[in-house]
Amino acid sequence: MTDKKSNLGPLRLHIPEPKFRPGDEADFSDIVVPPVDLIAKPDEASTPASIQDLAYGLVRVLDDDGQAKGSWNPGLNADQLRLMLRNMMMVRAFDDRMFRAQRQGKTSFYMKSTGEEATSVATTMALASDDMTFPSYRQQGILITRGYPLVQMMNQIYSNRSDHLKGRQLPIMYSAPSHSFFSVSGNLATQYPQAVGWAMASASRGDTRISAVWCGEGSTAEGDFHAAMTFAAVYNAPVIMQVVNNQWAISSFSGIAGGERTTFAARGVGYGIASLRVDGNDPLAVYAAMRWAADRARTNNGPTFIEYFTYRAEGHSTSDDPEAYRAAKEYDKWPLGDPVNRLKAHLILLGEWTEEQHADQAAELTDSVKKMQKEAEANGILGHGLHHPFDTMFEDVFEEMPWHLKEQAAELHEEQEAKFGTEWEPS
Amino acid sequence: MVEITDTPKRMNMIEAINSALDVMLTRDPDVVLMGEDIGYFGGVFRATAGLQAKHGNTRVFDTPISECGIIGAGVGMAAYGLRPVPEIQFADYIYPGLDQLVSEAARMRYRSANDYICPMTVRSPFGGGIFGGQTHSQSPESLFTHICGIKTVISSNPYDAKGLLIAAIEDNDPVIFFEPKRIYNGPFTGYYDRPVEPWAKHDGSDVPTDYYRIELGKAATVREGQALTILVYGTMVHVVKSVVDEVGIDAEIIDLRTLLPLDIEAIDTSVKKTGRCMVVHEATRTSGFGAELAALVQERCFYHLEAPVERVTGFDTPYPHSLEWAYFPGPVRIARALEKIMKD
Repeated sequence: MTDKKSNLGPLRLHIPEPKFRPGDEADFSDIVVPPVDLIAKPDEASTPASIQDLAYGLVRVLDDDGQAKGSWNPGLNADQLRLMLRNMMMVRAFDDRMFRAQRQGKTSFYMKSTGEEATSVATTMALASDDMTFPSYRQQGILITRGYPLVQMMNQIYSNRSDHLKGRQLPIMYSAPSHSFFSVSGNLATQYPQAVGWAMASASRGDTRISAVWCGEGSTAEGDFHAAMTFAAVYNAPVIMQVVNNQWAISSFSGIAGGERTTFAARGVGYGIASLRVDGNDPLAVYAAMRWAADRARTNNGPTFIEYFTYRAEGHSTSDDPEAYRAAKEYDKWPLGDPVNRLKAHLILLGEWTEEQHADQAAELTDSVKKMQKEAEANGILGHGLHHPFDTMFEDVFEEMPWHLKEQAAELHEEQEAKFGTEWEPS
Repeated sequence: MVEITDTPKRMNMIEAINSALDVMLTRDPDVVLMGEDIGYFGGVFRATAGLQAKHGNTRVFDTPISECGIIGAGVGMAAYGLRPVPEIQFADYIYPGLDQLVSEAARMRYRSANDYICPMTVRSPFGGGIFGGQTHSQSPESLFTHICGIKTVISSNPYDAKGLLIAAIEDNDPVIFFEPKRIYNGPFTGYYDRPVEPWAKHDGSDVPTDYYRIELGKAATVREGQALTILVYGTMVHVVKSVVDEVGIDAEIIDLRTLLPLDIEAIDTSVKKTGRCMVVHEATRTSGFGAELAALVQERCFYHLEAPVERVTGFDTPYPHSLEWAYFPGPVRIARALEKIMKD
């Protein structure tokens, strides 16, 4: 035992602070962007211990000039590349219209995924269409890539009479079993152990379908995340666990989630899970990583954990102003560029795309989203009366409505009559 | 709703629960059991003994010590189409899994408008009387009755335990199935210094070995009477019965069996008949399920009441180890309350 401490200074509590706040000039020159193919693609049956370097590196395919290089190059043909570009551009066009609709007072809330489109579009293209997806709240790209009707997404956003979720969920918390897309929760990382449980069930049944789950870097701090990592490792579950590290959790920079100490991908190393850190703004790297992980899962080589290193170009949602907590124009300085621009540059370099085609496609997608928006708005917008009938409020709490809910439904009817007169009809 | 097809066998509560799980594993390939120590070892209370050997380790398996992971994985398995029956080793350990129960399992059907459901039954031993201290004795049922979208079931004898558990597993909504561990091996009179009599000598231990179910949401009248109505569940059913016999009062004792959805008709009819109502539970008093029962009775039966609704409960303290029997709402507390309610 030693009691001599007089020569030591006092203890200090470290509170992480981002390098730049409003008024500062962002400078990302300290971010190490390794050359393409610094770490070659390992065999899909590699043990997690033998590929630990990948958790600290950065898987890249597209170099700064837009060339696809190295062993991770997935070798997609021009049609596939154009489809990937189109899907990402559609997400962007959709986001822009829906953000605007919220600003126009047509709904309560929206969340854009600008700058992160590759992490939901390219990943989904690397999965089979019946693989189960457990999204967080920013993976609208999964539905768009799988061809889910945009009008239905809009109906959900407006909570209108045609919203198949009956106006119960906050906008963007879609659910689409027909497209193997799980119901989005507003509670963070709860989908992580659920995706693992789904994959365990699939494996126990000798099924061929795997599951994939997304969360943000901020929610890796949740207990659910760690429970899921433990279960995935213990049962060698056919699941792909992904962290979209977009640097910001509302106003908290990634350091508040532990990002100052190590990479998020490194979280997987301690669990004995194969872990990759990937350039999230490189759609081909994202595709290749997901494809590798999916092949691993399908061949009983177990779970994979992937960090997509990316940047949230816009606010967390329509409810926050990023200029209040981070330096302006950070995104313009982001060293990994923009996923749409990078794929566009690659296609142009290949001679498979032109600036003119790109501009035409952007205009075409905007027009088509506008048309669908009109169609959706004919079914109602939030707060303008075209909602689901009152009685639906009490349905689906249980499969069969118990007496106390029947009584409460009758109570609501009386209350509505008191408000609007006895002529009131439930609708 | 009861279909008895075979000769009953004397079973204690653990054997009846084991039999229910065995029957359901055999009948329905979607049923899976998971939990801490439930596989090879058969569970710390032996509820799953022999089931892994019989049904295989992909249907009955051990889990990491993570209630969040157990319930969360269960929600995902249910979304796949399985019918998971996780065990939480003690009800006191359920809290790390609470978010998955409250925000996910309970609301899955509602939030997804029937796209996804959660037919999961969470089994867990609860209640005190075994010197478990404050982390192995709690009765957290009212936390769950407060959640919309989840059913809460508590049985008081082997026959009910099996029939209710089968109905819970077959239910398409999530069910919390609390097992009063004090009466696993025999009913309890509340006199902790008297030897426990085995189930074999008591009603409710004749259990068919085959499939049968007891509908959820239906109470059982344990004793008919005219003097007052006593609403009770779990271990306290036996304590109350013993006190009533001892005092010699003509009480009507109703074993609720399902707390939510509640059998309001049974309560309503009985209280209107007797004009007096007492609620007994082992859980702490404030915001306990007794508060809900007292409110319902006064809302519905006020003009039939001849005395205020009486609550007999555990005290609002953690469950103390050495003073367990001072906490427990035993025969003296119940008898004093009976005297009071009959005087009013």
